[in-house]
Amino acid sequence: MSAILQVRHISKGFEQNPVLRDVSLDLDEGQVLVVVGPSGCGKSTLLRCINGLEQIDGGEILLRGEVISGRRKNLHLVRQKIGMVFQSYDLFPHMRVMDNLMLGPVKALGKPKEQAREEALRMLARVGLADKAGVYPRTLSGGQRQRVALVRAMLMQPEILLLDEITAALDPEMVSEVLNVVLDLARDGMTMVIVTHEMRFAEAVADQVVFLEDGCVVERNPPEIFFHRPETDRAKRFLQSFDYAPRKRAAPPDTNTGEIQCAP
Amino acid sequence: MQDSGISILFKGVNFQRLMGGLWVTLRIALITIGLSVVLGLAFGLLMLSRRRTLRAVCRAWLEIVRFMPQLVLLYLVYFGFARLFGWDLDGETSAVIVFTFWGTAEMGDLVRGAVSSIPLHQRESAAALGLTPMQAYRHVLIPQTVRRLLPQAINLSTRIIKTTALVKMINVTEVLKVGQQIIGQFYRLREAPFWVYLTIFILYFLICWPISALAGWLEKRWA
Amino acid sequence: MDWSFITAHVPDFLAGAWVTLRFGLYGVACSAMLGLLCSLVLAYRVPVLRALVRAYVELSRNTPLLVQLFFLYAGLPRIGIRLSAEACAVVGLTFLGGGYMAEAFRSGLEAVDRTQREAGECIGLTLPQTVRYVVLPQAFATAAPAVFANMIFLIKETSMFSVLAMMDLMNVADTLRTSGGRTIEVLSMLVIAYVAILLPVSVLATLVERRMRYAGFGHQHSV
Repeated sequence: MSAILQVRHISKGFEQNPVLRDVSLDLDEGQVLVVVGPSGCGKSTLLRCINGLEQIDGGEILLRGEVISGRRKNLHLVRQKIGMVFQSYDLFPHMRVMDNLMLGPVKALGKPKEQAREEALRMLARVGLADKAGVYPRTLSGGQRQRVALVRAMLMQPEILLLDEITAALDPEMVSEVLNVVLDLARDGMTMVIVTHEMRFAEAVADQVVFLEDGCVVERNPPEIFFHRPETDRAKRFLQSFDYAPRKRAAPPDTNTGEIQCAP
Repeated sequence: MQDSGISILFKGVNFQRLMGGLWVTLRIALITIGLSVVLGLAFGLLMLSRRRTLRAVCRAWLEIVRFMPQLVLLYLVYFGFARLFGWDLDGETSAVIVFTFWGTAEMGDLVRGAVSSIPLHQRESAAALGLTPMQAYRHVLIPQTVRRLLPQAINLSTRIIKTTALVKMINVTEVLKVGQQIIGQFYRLREAPFWVYLTIFILYFLICWPISALAGWLEKRWA
Repeated sequence: MDWSFITAHVPDFLAGAWVTLRFGLYGVACSAMLGLLCSLVLAYRVPVLRALVRAYVELSRNTPLLVQLFFLYAGLPRIGIRLSAEACAVVGLTFLGGGYMAEAFRSGLEAVDRTQREAGECIGLTLPQTVRYVVLPQAFATAAPAVFANMIFLIKETSMFSVLAMMDLMNVADTLRTSGGRTIEVLSMLVIAYVAILLPVSVLATLVERRMRYAGFGHQHSV
């Protein structure tokens, strides 16, 4: 079968600084692709290009065989099929949780309010937040906010979900509650592209791992191979640096990922 | 179009007359700004006083002066004082009195805002460095206050300049009044009023715009 | 105090207050709409229009309303653009207020995180939908204090409508003062009338501001 998402030779630069160089990927339905690499390697830019938050300079991106990159008028129709969750949750602070969840389905998809509400409640219950429908995001913890953000993206029934370092801003004890939701979605067959620094989680969730460095795809392998017998020296170095110096950013240390129930 | 109106500006001494009228408003504005800055600094310190009643009185004063349209205040002083106290103030003096009261109050509020925006820990960290209180003020607190205050004070001065246009309403022969006189003399020129008022509009803009641009630039630089 | 004079002329002041309030509110409403449009043009960097809006904002903020009104009322008719006094009042106040409102809304829009817009677009909303449901409600809350301050400022500026031969409060007072000679009575009534109009507006402003501030969806990162 043909891939649901095809990224063909895309390049992207900011003011002559190349960020992505000739990156190609493809992804089958139900697959989870994890993108890893050092900070500034272009991982986030790749995701932002896929759903059109950034214009690509060259190459093309296809969703189910249809070109979605380049200047186009109804980008919002494409985005309805591609969900995205950010590191900083970006819930709408002036809306209660339920209104955050209903906005997309009602205004963008034109669903009846009652139906949207029911679906939202069902999804909220699934991530353990059924009792939070009526509160403002401000009153939620970071982990709760990120779970709401995941629900908000899922309610659009996207064909692909893009997750951009969704645990990087969380306190360590909240990382696992969010990652468990993602593992759950993966088991359900959600097609996802995930950028993460949580290596154990990456290994558990991925069907394919892509290692990106300096805007280039350096290695692409299934997790069993990538994490245990990486084929390139650069991937080896990256994984080693990870073991000894978990991260530079002010985000949760890796030590905590041990608590995640990893078995799919 | 050969003599339709714009030429009025260059007939005889008309342009100089307009500039003379403008100088009347500017003179009032400059005196007001000078007085307001000096008195406003003092008023601002009063507003920061430890005595609650004093602060409350200052606050009330500020609110009252701010509350009334300046034109009403001008009327009160120009027409009211003459009746109440028998003071026959001329328009310019009345204007300076009114605008200075108002400018002092506004300036005082800016001073208060600027001083109280300096966080306490700045004072504490200056003390922790071993600076004497005088040194702390000179090197740490006053420079920061000035950076907050100066752009806003400059903005206030453009507000004062614009407000001085009001003196036309209490019979001061300022630029609008001179404009009307010129128009009256050259009433045969149909488009004269258009050009005269347009010129006055542009003159005000040319005075106020650079000043507010300066304030904006300082604000951005010191942000 | 001549109380019979005061009671006899209460209806005149009521009529004048109604003119002041009505045209003030028209002006405020039009200013808010114009200002909002301008702020969107500025915040979303609409090409070409943006330069025009910037020029307009600078012009409106750096010239006195009195001069704007003279230009509209006495200048424009001479080149064939004839507006009634009422139209001049609303157009003039809107020209002035639009610039101030644009600045107020723009700073509100700029206070909304850029990522909010991206989040809206990522759930498939169009840009206008994102602006309407996600960005504007947050921008309004931030801009509210400045918008209300502008509203009060604009209502006060209506005192200049008297040059348009409109029977607003100022003109009612002027007419009575020059004909009757009861300056103190007239001025007292003038002050009371303005207090009666401005006090409710500023109390309302304080209430709404407080509600907005405690609406609780601000950007504080409390967990």
